Amino acid sequence: MDLKLDHHSKDGIEIVDVEGEIDVYTAPRLRELLIELVNSRFYQLVVNMEKVEFLDSTGLGVLVGGLKRVRAHDGSLDLVCTQERILKIFRITGLTKVFGIHDTVDEAIAARRSEK
Amino acid sequence: MATVELSFTPLPAHVRTARLVATAVARRSGVDESLLDVVRLAVGEACSRAVEGHQLHCPAEPIRLALTDTADRFEVEVTDNCAPAGRPGGLDGPQPPVSTAVPAGLGIAVITGLADDVQISETSAGTSIRMSWPSAGAVR
Repeated sequence: MDLKLDHHSKDGIEIVDVEGEIDVYTAPRLRELLIELVNSRFYQLVVNMEKVEFLDSTGLGVLVGGLKRVRAHDGSLDLVCTQERILKIFRITGLTKVFGIHDTVDEAIAARRSEK
Repeated sequence: MATVELSFTPLPAHVRTARLVATAVARRSGVDESLLDVVRLAVGEACSRAVEGHQLHCPAEPIRLALTDTADRFEVEVTDNCAPAGRPGGLDGPQPPVSTAVPAGLGIAVITGLADDVQISETSAGTSIRMSWPSAGAVR
């Protein structure tokens, strides 16, 4: 399946809902959205990956790029993901130590609030 | 031994097709269901790497994917035609777009983490990535 992207605000944090496959073909669209959000001054982001069916290193690169962009503005980019097949690539690359990875959007928001 | 070969133009859209074909052949070859996601990801990484290289260096040449089932292994070989000097990230080669933000070698690191048997060989013609997983014997 292709990539579907949507976003909305919740408790002052921008939630990015991602559905489908993030790979070398579709990742540029996610990158453009993250850049657009940062340019629109959304610096607190949660990327909800619960409906992501596939993620490769190109997608990881886009997420790392997004994290770098928001951190340049003292922001944050957390992930929501419970799927083992997606979490596997984060573990292989050691990126579980770089991203806050949460079970639900509410948990991600709460974690972000507690750090403020 | 039976082999399925796929040759595709180096376009990102075709990487998904390559993943789908590889997963289907792996399933038919008797690779355990629990490994199919791993095969899909590793093949995708190898093909993405080849597409990136071809787009920078030789966009008119196809990438070759060979899927072979032997008695007890399912083998995948992805072959590109990017000579070492022209390979993305190489000292003399064109550099990949900075905007991708993918650290050089991350794809290879992922492949190495996914396949228990990986062989990367570089020749003057390009790079071949061979990887394999156990299979229970093909459905013939």
